[in-house]
This record gives sequence, C-alpha cells and structure tokens, in this order.
Amino acid sequence: MIPLHGLHLRAVLIQALRTFFIDRGYLEVDTPIRIPAPAPEAYIEPITSEGWFLQTSPELCMKRLLAAGIPRIFQLCKCFRKGERGDRHLPEFTMLEWYAAGSNYRDQMTDCEALLRHLALAIGKGGVLEWQGCRIDLGPEWERLTVAEGFRRYAPCTVEEALRKDQFDELLVEYVEPHLGMTTPTFLYDYPAVLGALARLSPTDPSVAERFELYVAGLELANGFSELVDPVEQRARFLTEQETIRLLGRDPGPMPERFLDGLELMPPAAGIALGVERLVMLFAGAEQIDQVVSFTPEGL
Amino acid sequence: MYSASDFRKGLKVQIDGEPYIMTDFSFSKPGKGQALYRARLRNMITGNAFEKTFRSNDKLEKAALEERTMQYLYKQGDEYFFMDNVSFEQLEMSKAQLGDAVNFLTDNMDVDVLQYNGRPIGVTLPNFVNLLVTQSDPWVKGDTSGSDSKPVTLETGYVVQVPPFIEEGDKLQIDTRTGVYVTRVKE
Repeated sequence: MIPLHGLHLRAVLIQALRTFFIDRGYLEVDTPIRIPAPAPEAYIEPITSEGWFLQTSPELCMKRLLAAGIPRIFQLCKCFRKGERGDRHLPEFTMLEWYAAGSNYRDQMTDCEALLRHLALAIGKGGVLEWQGCRIDLGPEWERLTVAEGFRRYAPCTVEEALRKDQFDELLVEYVEPHLGMTTPTFLYDYPAVLGALARLSPTDPSVAERFELYVAGLELANGFSELVDPVEQRARFLTEQETIRLLGRDPGPMPERFLDGLELMPPAAGIALGVERLVMLFAGAEQIDQVVSFTPEGL
Repeated sequence: MYSASDFRKGLKVQIDGEPYIMTDFSFSKPGKGQALYRARLRNMITGNAFEKTFRSNDKLEKAALEERTMQYLYKQGDEYFFMDNVSFEQLEMSKAQLGDAVNFLTDNMDVDVLQYNGRPIGVTLPNFVNLLVTQSDPWVKGDTSGSDSKPVTLETGYVVQVPPFIEEGDKLQIDTRTGVYVTRVKE
C-alpha cells in the first residue's frame, strides 16, 4: 500500500530542506551516482554496476567539488548499500549531504540544530517532536556526549575495552544508543581514531577523530566530520580498510585515486550526511522506514 | 548452512543438536559499523527461547527436519493419533506438542507432520479449515452492549468471535494462522 501520509510529509520536508540551504548560500549540486571507485569502507558494501559501483555516499565527488573551489554545497541523492534491510534500513535510500569550507564539526552540530528547528517550523510542529513514545524538545541546548563518556555512562565496559574485545558495535547498539536523544537530540562525538573513517584526528587529542553522530530518540540520523584533508593519511586509512575487506572475503575494488589527488587542494572543511527517510520517519511518527518511501524493494 | 544475511522469521535451524525456530529477527547497523542481526530463537522441542546477536559472517546449521503428509485419525485423552497414507504407519503426539493446532484438527484431515531425527515435533495445518458450529447463543436484537460479534463453540471445542447472524449447524472458515473467523461456508 502506498503510504500517503509519509509521502506528503516527505515532499514538504524536502522542499523545506532546499530552502534552508539555498537561503544560507549553499549551491545545490548533482554528482554521478555510478562511479568507478567508492571510498573503501570495511562495513559498507557497494552494489556493482557493469564493473563500476553505485555510490554508497556522494562524499568523494562532493569533496572534489570543494577542492575545485566551490565553498558551500549540498546534495539530495540516492545511495545504495548492499545487504542493508531492516526497520530502519533500505538498500536504496536518500541521502542529504552538505559541506562547508572553513568550518569544523562543531559548526556542523550547530547547523544540524538550526536545520531541525527550521523543518519543525516548516511543518507546523513547533519545537517538540514525538516519536516512539518520546517527547524530544528541539528548543534548548542539545546534549553533547563524547563516545568515551557514553560508554562510561551506559556500557558495561570502557570504549577502549570494547575496541580491544572487538565488541564496539554490539555494545554501542545494545547499551549506548537506546539512551541517546531521549529528551533533546544528542550528538555523540569524538569517535576513537580507528573509527575515524574520513574525519581528521583532533589536534588536541589524537586518540580521537573529529566525527559525530546525531541521535534522536535512539534513531541515528546523521554522521558528520571535520574532514581529513591529508592525502597521505587518507591513503593509509583506505589501505587498512581494504585489508579488512579482504579479510572479510570481499574484493576491495580499486583505490579512488582521483579523489586522493584532489584532497591535496581541498580546503579545511566539515561535512555531514543525513538519512532523509529517517528524518521523515521522525517527523511522521513512523516506526518503519517502509512508511516513508513510495515503494520498498519487496513491493517492486 | 544459513549465513546471517539469510536470517528471517520462521527460519528453522539447529544449535547443539537441537532444532530451533527463529521467532523474531531484526537488523541493525551503527554508522560505519558492522551489520548486526538480532534473532530470537525458540527450541522446537522444549519451547525454551533465547536472544542472540549475530554478525554477517556468522552461520547457523539448517535443522534436520522432515515433513510428511499424514492423516489425523482421532484423539484419546490428551494423545492425538496420525497415520501415513502410504505406509499406514501410525504415530501419536501430545496436546502440549501440538499447541494451538488442536483447535483446528478434525477427523481424517491431512496435515504436514514435522519430524526431527524421526521424532514428531509438530504439525503444519492448511491455512484455512472449515469447522462446524456446535453451540451458539441466540443474538438478542437490540442488544445494547454495542458489540457486533458474539462467541460460538466449534466442533473442536474452540471458541471464536463471529458476526451475530451465525447459528448452530453453520460451517465456518477459520484462518489457522490467526485463529480468527473468515466467512460462513455453504456446503
């Protein structure tokens, strides 16, 4: 059945998203979905297309645009991730991604606050979201919690122990996530350096990367970084990821060489990726991602 | 072998030599992290259940289950007797083993008997069965309770909510998966 409520709200939210960014001087861009080399990430598996790949995120192409001198860009596009299907996951989903030169991950957290408040106003919700029995106040200062503190508070062991025992993901999902964003949205930030992905390490504490995730009522909504602009370090991290992919029995694919070349010219910047379906779920009060898309893969 | 990405509700697997059915299943994946598959598994013999989280590379063995079509014959006390239509071999199952299925078994009905290592552990019924209404109170017109359904007793002793026009002697189609009334059938 086509979910009319979800689709209407989705259209309104997407219109409001565009207004938000255009009013702030961002250029809307549209990069290719089918690419020759995605970023090597151990646990994000791309879908192949005649030897190329459907993008898992528009990150690499958008950063090449920053390197080419466009300082503020945003994009709404489809992304594809193999094997991801659940109440909050679809193998084909919509991503909102935006980048600003000269900013860092703390500026992005502030932008997230402004964006969600703008959207709540646009659909006449006021400052309070209700989702899964939680009332989340968008008004006051949102909670900011480091990953280390999140584990200290909620998990049965420290984040260092969790990493050593290779249980970070399980403990995060089971013990930490259910507490995040229950009264105001929560920024979980300063991820362990090994989970830094494409984020730069903190200049004051190199054991952590300047990466954050935004949670609302336990729902993970967005992932942002102060971007790593050092091509040497980025290549080393990609090589580590490729090694893990090989250990998992998959083909790591080619290295994104043109992206690494472009990184040389990329200005300091911060970027963020936000799942549009999850955003609509939150505003629609929908429990399942199926309620906010026109068709699920099973319905095609 | 099933890998975690094959997991779904209703999957029958084997752990430590015992058959389990996956009664619940959810997928989660923290940002940039590993896919986690949370499954609730129920032992098909003892009924004991537990929850466990699996990663994509984890595997579970397929349960060594065999299904045979057999005819339900009769019950004696709490024991229900079935017969293989080809070999005429008979076997019995207890009320406890059959669970809700006892509400829908009528004499000579064909069912699929599930066997584990040659031992019967349950039956799969047709999705719909037709059952006779053996007892029904007349519905009083102008009933002020505002309810638009009433309970009737079927030939198996099962009590089901039906519309007011159903009477004793009617045959009803029942959905065995949900246990609810579907329609009145004419025979």
